[in-house]
This record gives sequence, structure tokens and C-alpha cells, in this order.
Amino acid sequence: MTDVARIWSYLSTEPLLWLTCTIAIYVIAEAIVGRLGRRALANPVLISVCLIAPVLWLSDTPYETYFEGAQFIHFLLGPATVALAVPLYANLRTVFQTAAPILAALFVGSIVAALSAVLLAKAFGLPDQVILSLSPKSTTAPVALGISEALGGLPTLTAVLVILTGIIGAITVTPLMNVMQITDWRARGFAVGVAAHGIGTARAFQVNELAGTFAGIGMALNAILTSILAPIIVALVL
Amino acid sequence: MIRAIAIILSCQLAGEATARALSLPVPGPVIGFALLFTLFLLRPALAESVGSTARGILAHLSLLFVPAGVGVVGNLDLLSRSWLPITVVLVLSTVVAMIASVFTFLAVNRMTRGGHD
Repeated sequence: MTDVARIWSYLSTEPLLWLTCTIAIYVIAEAIVGRLGRRALANPVLISVCLIAPVLWLSDTPYETYFEGAQFIHFLLGPATVALAVPLYANLRTVFQTAAPILAALFVGSIVAALSAVLLAKAFGLPDQVILSLSPKSTTAPVALGISEALGGLPTLTAVLVILTGIIGAITVTPLMNVMQITDWRARGFAVGVAAHGIGTARAFQVNELAGTFAGIGMALNAILTSILAPIIVALVL
Repeated sequence: MIRAIAIILSCQLAGEATARALSLPVPGPVIGFALLFTLFLLRPALAESVGSTARGILAHLSLLFVPAGVGVVGNLDLLSRSWLPITVVLVLSTVVAMIASVFTFLAVNRMTRGGHD
């Protein structure tokens, strides 16, 4: 028993345990997604969170302790954003040909995403701090946290809202686009990238490479635009 | 691969430094993204050497969101109090944004290309 306690006290103070746990559970989540035939509802982020959260709760581990290990993965969000330059450059010709639809869809999608969230939240009487934290929810996580902090929102709440938005977008995009009979992969991908950032982009890459590329462009451009628009929208509504 | 990592991190670092130095509202990694893209335009050979590492990171993009997603445990209080309005807001605004964006894309595409694709 004392041995177990000693091993646990070592593991619980080192980043190794939760880093390994996060990656291992993600591998399991991927396997589950594979088993379910990559259906939209089987989202690897959602499954991973649902598996890790109870482990933390049962082992009485605070999120801060978990994050000490998981931060190494979280850190890679920055390099991943930079890495989006690769698919963008690889599809340069297609992107240039569609510059006008890209810019138009970016402005409309970005404004609708932030404005509808803020207005609906206000209509439901959610507290101001939640509304502030909601405004950058369609932007990729590292960017959204910065915006939320600058506006006076709660960055940890924003992180969760951003992830939930991404999961919702990734789950709904395929059935939604199929119902509306949209077959243009560029348009489908771009819309999910603008509305549901990296998780939507990951889903788009799963379905079609061209859709994924356009999703990546939508996500990157929306990160720039939302950092400019979110403060304006919040000032107008609140 | 190490070369590619060095290039990607340097772009991010330059981006973060620029964002802070000029106190821009745009986040550092996004400036780094624009910087790397500019480097590709100036030196196309660079795209080859960074390519496979970048694709490797992007192939597991979902994994990178897991740590932030687990943060749900720290916000259970607030979320359980108003989970219904929050869910409705998130679902509606995300779906509406996708619909608005996709139809704008298709409409402008038709206008600018004379409707032949």
C-alpha cells in the first residue's frame, strides 16, 4: 500500500502522467471514431473529454494539475496555426481564384457567428461575463482566449465555449450541408472553418482534403477578423 | 524535421514579438502564419522542407483541443446553472453562421464566375 501511495505521489506531481493520459485516451477516442465509421457524431475531442473528465473527478485531481501535463499538447495550438500556411500555399491557385467568395463569406460568417451568439445570449438573460466570454467562440482557442481576456470575459469559460462550438460545428456540418444539397467542397469547408475553427477544420480534413484546406483558410482569416470585430460587437450590444 | 520545427517556431516567435511590440489586436500565431506564408512566396523551396512536419501537426489537430476541452470540469458550476440557454445559443449561432457563410460563398462565386461552376 505504501508503495502504491509513493508511486502515486510521484506521478501526481509530474507532468508525465497527464500528458500520457491525454495522448493515450485520444488514441482510444480515435479508435472509437474509426470503429463508428467516422460518423459525424463520433467526435474525437468530445469522446476524449468525456473519458478524461471522470478520471480527474475520481482521482480528485484539480484541473491545474492536469494542465501541467497537458500544457505541452495545448502549446502546439500555436505552431499548428502557423502550420496552416502549408495547405494554404499548396492550394494557392484555387484560393486566388476564389478570393472574392472567400472574403465575402468570411465577413458574413464572422459577423453572424459573433453577433447571433451575443444577441441570443442577451435575449436569454445570460450574465454579461458569459456574453463577453461567448463573443469570440467561433475563433480558434489561443486567439479566442486573448480576445476574451482583453474584453474582460473569463478565459477558462471561453476555452470551453470555443471547444463546444467546434464540436457542435463538426457534428452538424455534414448533415446540414447534405440537407441543403451543397456539393461545393470549398464552400462547405470554408463555412465550417469560419464557424467552428480548428475542430471544424479537423472534421473537414477527415471528409475531404479540399474542404479541409478551405476550412483552414476560413479559420485563419476569422482569427484575424474576430480580433477586430468582437470588441465592436460587444460594445454595440452590451 | 528539426529544421521545419525551427522555422515554424521562429515564425510564431516573430509573430508574438510583433503583436506585443506594436500592441496589435491580432494574435501572435496568426501573424506567424502570415509570415510563414510570405516566406513560402519568397522561397518556394521552403514549402517542401516544412511541408511534411506541418501536415503531421495538422493531421492531429483535434488532439490539441483536448486539454482546453477538459477545462469543462473547472466550469461545471456555471455550465450546469445555465446549460440550456448556453447550448441553444451555441447550436443556433453556429448553424446560422455556417448557413450564412456557405450561401454567401456560393452566391459570390456564381456572380464572379458567371455561374459556370
